Amino acid sequence: MLKPGSRLKSSVCDAEIMVIKAMSGNDLTCGGAPMSEESTQAEPNQEQMHGCLIGKRYVNEDETIEVLCVKSGEGSIYCDGVELMTKDTKKLPSSD
Amino acid sequence: MNIALFLQMAAEACPDRCALTHNGSKYSYAELYIAAKSAASKFVSSKCKFVSLIGETNPAVPIALMGAAMAGLPYVPINYRLGEEKILGLLARIDPAYLITDNPHFSHSNNHRIIQKSINFMTDVFGNDEPEINWCEDPSAVAVQLFTSGTTGNPKAAILRHEHLVSYILGSVEFMSAREEEATLVSVPPYHIAGISAIMSSIYACKHIVQLPNFDPVEWLKLCSRERVTSAFLVPTMLTRIMETLGKSEQASSNFNSLKSIAYGGGKMPLPVIEKALEQFPKVGFTNAYGLTETSSTIALLDPEDHRKAIASNDDEIRARLRSVGKPLPSIELEIRDEDGEQLEALATGEIFVRGPQVSGEYDGLKGLEDDGWFPTRDSGYLDKYGFLYLCGRADDVIVRGGENMSPGEIEDLMHQHPAIQDVAAVGIPSEEWGEAVALAVVLVKGADFSEEEICDHIQEHLRSSRVPEVICFASELPYNETGKLLRRIIGEWFNPTSA
Repeated sequence: MLKPGSRLKSSVCDAEIMVIKAMSGNDLTCGGAPMSEESTQAEPNQEQMHGCLIGKRYVNEDETIEVLCVKSGEGSIYCDGVELMTKDTKKLPSSD
Repeated sequence: MNIALFLQMAAEACPDRCALTHNGSKYSYAELYIAAKSAASKFVSSKCKFVSLIGETNPAVPIALMGAAMAGLPYVPINYRLGEEKILGLLARIDPAYLITDNPHFSHSNNHRIIQKSINFMTDVFGNDEPEINWCEDPSAVAVQLFTSGTTGNPKAAILRHEHLVSYILGSVEFMSAREEEATLVSVPPYHIAGISAIMSSIYACKHIVQLPNFDPVEWLKLCSRERVTSAFLVPTMLTRIMETLGKSEQASSNFNSLKSIAYGGGKMPLPVIEKALEQFPKVGFTNAYGLTETSSTIALLDPEDHRKAIASNDDEIRARLRSVGKPLPSIELEIRDEDGEQLEALATGEIFVRGPQVSGEYDGLKGLEDDGWFPTRDSGYLDKYGFLYLCGRADDVIVRGGENMSPGEIEDLMHQHPAIQDVAAVGIPSEEWGEAVALAVVLVKGADFSEEEICDHIQEHLRSSRVPEVICFASELPYNETGKLLRRIIGEWFNPTSA
């Protein structure tokens, strides 16, 4: 069950994410293998290993799902079989 | 979801980068993270329910904030300038607390409360690498509790949950956006929301934080130069005093060389001060930030480009933007409403309402948001036709002098106790130096004698010196409306006839 704030680990690399926005039933994978709260090991799908970068936010096309990468890894994040894209955020001047 | 994530990520991405400088001592992001983990273990094993800190800023401040977050406890920094009795009253509301303070009045632990000097706390946590405890990831857990000055009676405790603060930072700061050489000078006190947000946004940007415990313009300029400071946040009074100091010394301006940006907020900026600063420092980007404790800090900002356009313009409408607090953040909705709750058109003044994931609006467990998520800020203002927000004062009459909020009631209550006083009202009036200053309207008992000087001495003796009025006017009666409500706005106009 995905909910905002959940921390999930990749089972093919070091990547970790925090869920910012999700709907129940969304299926998140990294490098082709399921992500979970516990550390597990799985074989990567080499076609889904483009990497994810700490601090980047990843979204699907209609932005119904959004995750924050909190630890970089070699796997890439997919939701329900579709690769998530990095979200462009508007750069604001520092206000504090 | 937990604000400690910001520090964990910074320590993961750039462990060796300088995180903090205090009194010449430097700490890396890895060191800060290890210290926060160790603090979290101490807090958990103490069985305390709150983590509190009373004192000036030092490395214990970010460590206590992040350690408390990891431990799942609310972090409650308390204004160290408050009187002993007031502080004891606040401590009673956060019992049992793990309290970090150097104030000798609070040096005795009791059955529940643990009290530790900041130097001992730091010695304990630095270099003591504890295994990571399981963080509380509940987005609705309380991260920070801040006591407001409180207009009447007991100070209120504003509640900020992890979800509010995390939304604010993710919505306004890009991770690791600072370059290695960037440093920010933090001189706002730790019990102010700006002090908390400065820590969080600097950590998420992986910026070097330079702490200045007690603001002084000469020290501030020295630190700028010594630590090659590139950015800073100031309340308007601080900028005023820095500009004065610079005016006295040619040499001092060279301390500004490394500075690229200054953000200001926390009170009304006097126009002559920001105009002079913009002219004197064309290379510095100025940002005006407007926010409240209940909104996790900034909700609107006037960016450096807006400032440059305004100062260069001959068009009054554009030039006037130097008085504006800019436009709402992308994640914030903002409306101006009249007393009946109807949304107002551009240029009409009313109460500012905001909505967004960073807006808490909550006090002591009392929900401050309306059912549809809107928060009435109690600030009044208007939007111009371009969407720039202008503030017209506090709907609840709080006087904001040099970033310090004070309630007129505190001064009035004291004065009312004096036998020579029949009626009295304290109002805020515009002040170049302080943003706002105290003005006092006094009605004397018939035949009584109480001079301006005696009144000032009386207030000075019983309250803090910031409460002493700048101007006093004697009247035969004060204006009230038909329901007996004091018309402070009219009294304000007595002191400032041009604004009427």
